[in-house]
Amino acid sequence: MALETIDLTVSVGEKQILNNMNLKVEKGEALILMGPNGSGKTTLAFSLLGHPRYQINKGKIILDNNDITDLPTYQRALMGLGLAFQNPVEVPGLMLSMLINAISIKRNKSDFDISSIDPKLIVWARNKAKELGLQPSILEREVNVGFSGGEKKRSEMLQMLVMDPKYIILDEPDSGLDVDGIRVIGELIDSLRNSGKGILIITHHAEITKFVSPDKVIVVSKGRIVDEGGEELIKKIEEYGYKDYEGVQ
Amino acid sequence: MGSPIELAKDKELKEIVENRGIEDILGKSVPYPKDIEIKGKITRDIIEEISKSKKEPQWMLNLRLKALELFEKLPMPNWIQGVESIDLEEFSQYVKPKVEAAENWDQLPDWMRDMYSRIGLPETEAKVLSGLTAVFDSENIISRLKEELKQKKVIFMPMDEAVQKYPDLVKEYFGKQFPMADHKFAALHYALWSGGAFVYVPKNTKLVNPVEAFFIIGGEMEGQFEHTLLVADDNSSIGTSYIHFIEGCAAPVLKNFSFHDGMVEIYAGRNSQVYFSTLQNWSRSIINFNNKRAVAMENAHVEWVEGSIGSKMTYTYPSTILRGRGASTRNISIGISNGPYIKDVGSKAIHAAPDTKSIIISKSISANGGIAAYRGLVKVLKGAEKSFAHVQCDSLILDEKSSAYTLPRNEVDEPTAIVSHEATVGRLGEDQLFYMASRGIREGEAKALIVNGFIRDVLKSLPLETVSILTRVIGMEFSELGSVG
Repeated sequence: MALETIDLTVSVGEKQILNNMNLKVEKGEALILMGPNGSGKTTLAFSLLGHPRYQINKGKIILDNNDITDLPTYQRALMGLGLAFQNPVEVPGLMLSMLINAISIKRNKSDFDISSIDPKLIVWARNKAKELGLQPSILEREVNVGFSGGEKKRSEMLQMLVMDPKYIILDEPDSGLDVDGIRVIGELIDSLRNSGKGILIITHHAEITKFVSPDKVIVVSKGRIVDEGGEELIKKIEEYGYKDYEGVQ
Repeated sequence: MGSPIELAKDKELKEIVENRGIEDILGKSVPYPKDIEIKGKITRDIIEEISKSKKEPQWMLNLRLKALELFEKLPMPNWIQGVESIDLEEFSQYVKPKVEAAENWDQLPDWMRDMYSRIGLPETEAKVLSGLTAVFDSENIISRLKEELKQKKVIFMPMDEAVQKYPDLVKEYFGKQFPMADHKFAALHYALWSGGAFVYVPKNTKLVNPVEAFFIIGGEMEGQFEHTLLVADDNSSIGTSYIHFIEGCAAPVLKNFSFHDGMVEIYAGRNSQVYFSTLQNWSRSIINFNNKRAVAMENAHVEWVEGSIGSKMTYTYPSTILRGRGASTRNISIGISNGPYIKDVGSKAIHAAPDTKSIIISKSISANGGIAAYRGLVKVLKGAEKSFAHVQCDSLILDEKSSAYTLPRNEVDEPTAIVSHEATVGRLGEDQLFYMASRGIREGEAKALIVNGFIRDVLKSLPLETVSILTRVIGMEFSELGSVG
C-alpha cells in the first residue's frame, strides 16, 4: 500500500513544471523531498491533491492501487490523502472550530448538517491545540485570518489530526517556526509515521529531520528528481547546498 | 447617487444576460432594463368596491381615495430604476382564495401545509408561536390567538377586522408612521391595502412567545398589499412586546411575476421594546417592495431583522425614526442574492431627538451572478445632541460572476453627534475552495459553511426561532450549489 506517482508531468498554463516524476511513499514510511525554491515542490503537493490550476499532461497518481489522477480534490481527501499547506489561505467568516467540525463530519461520512456541532470533538480539539502549543481560543478565530506563521503550521497539523488521513503531505512544515515549534511538530510527525501513516515531507532546509529520521530522501531540481538516497543526502545538502545539482538533467 | 443597477449595468448585467439568457431573467415579453411603468387603471370604483366589500367606515374609504389621488400624482421613485415594467391592469388587485378561514393548522388544506413546510416552517414549530395569522392572497386564512395574548389583553387580529372592531385605536395610528405621500408605491399601498395584522400591546405588558404573520402569494400576476400595524403602548417598560414576522412564498414557479407592496408600521411608545423580524423567501417570480417604518418614542427600543433570501427583486429599507430622547434602534439585514437576482436592501435611521442611538448591520451574500446592494441613510437632525450612529456593511461574494455594492449616506446636522461607518468585502475564490476541498469538503458544502460563518455573529444576537428558520432556509438555498468538488 502506497502513494505513488508514475511519470507525473504537470504544467501551469503554458509552463511545464514537473517532469516525469516517479516517487513512492509507503505506509509507515517518511519520505523527505528536498529542493531549492522554485524546483516544483509545492506544485507536486497541489498536483497530488488535484488543484484545478495544475494540469496533468502525462502520468498517473496512484493511492493504494487506485488511480486517482482524475478524481476531484474532495474525493482524494476522503480516500485518505491529507495536505498541510505551506501558506494556507485565509477563509474569512469561518471559525476554525466550524471547519474542524465539518472535517470531522466528512471524515465520519455523516450527513452534512453544519448546525450540529459535536461538543466532544471541540473539547478534544482544544486539548490537541494546547499540545501543539496553540491557545485553545484559536478555535474561535476565523481560519488563518491574522494567524502568525507558527499558528498556521500548528493549525494545519491540528486539521490533519482531525482528518486522520492515510498519507500526509507536509509542505514546508518547519518554515516560520521557532525551535520549540519544530520540535513539537517534528515529534508529532514522527509518531504519525510510527503509527503507520505514509509521510511526505517537502522542505528546502530539512530542520525537521532532526526529529523525523527519513526512510528515504529525494532531491528535486527544475521539476526533476536529481538524486535519491538516505539521510546522508541531507548532510550533503546542508554542507554544499543545491548548487551541485543545478547542471544535472 | 446612481442605482446599483446603473453601476452594474455595463458589466455584471451584461454578463448575467449572456450567461443566463435574457428570457431566464425576464420571462418572455418584457424588455430590460427599464423603468417601472404602471399601465393599469385603478379607478375610484375599484377602491370603493374593495372598501364596501370590507364594510369599512367612511374614514378608511376617504383615506384610500386620497391615496389614489396621490398615487396618480406622484412620480416614479428614482431609486427603483431598472425594474421591468409592471402592468397593474394585469394584476388582480384583490384576490380571495378558495379557502375557508381556518382556526388551526389541521384545517389547512394539504397543499397549503406543504407550502409552509417548504418555506421552512413545519407544524411543530408553528404551534410554538403564540399567535399565527396567515394572509393567503389578500385574506387572512388563519387567525389564532393563544391564551397568553388573551389574558394580557393583547389585540392581535387581521387588520381588516381591527378596522371594524377597534376603529378609534386603529384610526389613531394607521398611516401615521409611514405617510402615504412618501412615494408612489406607498400611496398605491394605501389605496389598495388588504389583509395584514394589527397588534396592540397594552401598557406594562410583557409577551414571552413571538407572534407570527405569514404572507403568501398563491397565483400569478397578483398584487399583494397587506398592512401590518404594531403598537407597543407607552410605559410597557417591563416588557418586551415582540412580534416575529415571516413572509414566504413557495408557490410553483410562475411564468409571470407577481408584485408585493406590503407595509409595516410600528409605534413604539415610551420605554417599550419591539423586535420585528422578517424572513422573506418569496419565489423567484415576485417583485418585492416592502415599506417598513417605526417611530420610537422616549427610551424606546426598536429592532428590525430582515432576512431577505427569495424574490426576483427586493427593495426594502426598514427605517426607524428616533423621535424621543434616549430612543434606540438596531437594524440588521441579511440579504442573499443567489442567481441572477437583485437585492437592494438597506436601513434608515433618523435621529430626531437627543441621546438617540442607532446601529445598522448589513450582511450581504451574492452568488451565481447575484447583485447585492446596500443602500442606507443615517440622518441626524440639528438638536439631536450626543446621538450615536454606527453602520457596518459586510459583503461576501461567492464567485466571480457576482457583485456587491455599498451605498451608505450620512446626513449629519448636529455637531455633537458621532456617526461612523465600516465596510468589509470578502471574496471566495478558487484557493479557498481548493483548501476546503483538500479537507474533503465539497464546493456546495464549503459555501454553506462560509455563508453560515459569515452571518453567525449576527445570528448570535437573534431570537432562536429566527435563527432556526434562517439557518434552514440558507441550507436549502445553497444545498443545490456546486456539487462539483
